[in-house]
Amino acid sequence: MRTLTLSDIEFLIFAVRWTLLLSALAFAGGGLVGIIIALLRTSQQPLLRMLAIAYIRVFQGTPLLLQLFLVFFGGDLLGFGLGPWLSAMLGLSLNAGAFLGEIWRGAIQGVPRGQIEAARSLGLGYGPTMGKVVLPQALRLAVAPTVGFLVNLVKSTSLASILGFVELIRAGQLLNNATFRPFLIFSTVALIYFVICWPLTMASRRLEARLAQAYRR
Amino acid sequence: MNYIFQFGEILKPVNFDELLWGMSNTLRLSALAMVLSLAFAIVGAMLRTSGPKWAQALIAAYVEIIRNTPFLVQIFMIFFGLPTVGLRLDANGAALVAMVLNGSAYTIEIVRAGIESITAGQMDAAKAIGLRQMQSFRLVVLPQALKVMLAPLGSQFILLMLNSSIVSVVSADELMAAAQDVQSRTFRPFETYIIVFVIYFGLSMAFQAAFALIDRWAFARAEHR
Repeated sequence: MRTLTLSDIEFLIFAVRWTLLLSALAFAGGGLVGIIIALLRTSQQPLLRMLAIAYIRVFQGTPLLLQLFLVFFGGDLLGFGLGPWLSAMLGLSLNAGAFLGEIWRGAIQGVPRGQIEAARSLGLGYGPTMGKVVLPQALRLAVAPTVGFLVNLVKSTSLASILGFVELIRAGQLLNNATFRPFLIFSTVALIYFVICWPLTMASRRLEARLAQAYRR
Repeated sequence: MNYIFQFGEILKPVNFDELLWGMSNTLRLSALAMVLSLAFAIVGAMLRTSGPKWAQALIAAYVEIIRNTPFLVQIFMIFFGLPTVGLRLDANGAALVAMVLNGSAYTIEIVRAGIESITAGQMDAAKAIGLRQMQSFRLVVLPQALKVMLAPLGSQFILLMLNSSIVSVVSADELMAAAQDVQSRTFRPFETYIIVFVIYFGLSMAFQAAFALIDRWAFARAEHR
């Protein structure tokens, strides 16, 4: 056991970059999966819709921690381990995809049906209808809940620590093992998460209020 | 892909029974946490909407702090942090406290939204026919608010059940911890977690069905009265 020094706290604050990087990568991956799920979910084909519904149900109906473990140990299927980095990123992306898909489905369906009909009667195919007419309008509806979901995503990256990935929480645990000051260390960790998440929460709330106001007019 | 699945070992009674034991503990822990969270949340939401100024601020701060930090940090604070200031809890106690503390914050917001969706006119009418503050809340506002709250409460409680897997990190008795025990004994982690995956999925489907039933049973009749 040794005493906690200023450089330890510095170590903790710098570990936040891994949390942020993992969040960003998982958001990018999740965004990719999410847009596919949202498009499948709003498709005209019942089979594609069912596929998307099943995906969402499964990922929202099981613990994220378990999904991460399955990806982590599922690497064995391929004959090589994925390691904490890749499995955390992949697991979080697949999970975020389900939630973002559901959020964005709502946004797509929030665009008035007449817009699609108008685009179609102008002779636009599925691609241009979605890309040029529906999605740009859906984007506006999607921003507030997506920012809100980011808070969840940042918090979720903490579970990567259980796979052995050294991000903020794992750094806190390592530090605690050496210095045994759990109260101080974990409250600092909590504070750092709060500093990241709270502005996002506030931004999401403000965006939501602004959107509600725009629609009241 | 030349991986050979071996579920046989995990389905042997000695291992599978441990998973079932874990499942029943998960159910019990989640159910207890749900009931306590709801109870605390009703009180919390009342204070948040109509309590004294300082209580409103306190509850608001509590909700923001819990909702903007990961559950994992909360359980670490409770299990590792609190003993250093003299409050020692065993793993199961810490797990329950963490789940209730976390669940209450989210539930307070749901209950508050439910209460605020009931118009002030209902409260005025209740008072006009001679009910006192608490009576009008309990007999007029709450039953109507509960109906609005039921769907979000259902999803929140399912999330709480799924989040209970995280308390395995302090080795509290529940399904995820049982799974870790079984996989370390059988050396078949992938198969073990697939089975546990199916169990959790079954649990959340069951909870969903249960909430749908509660909705039908409690509110279908109320409307005909």
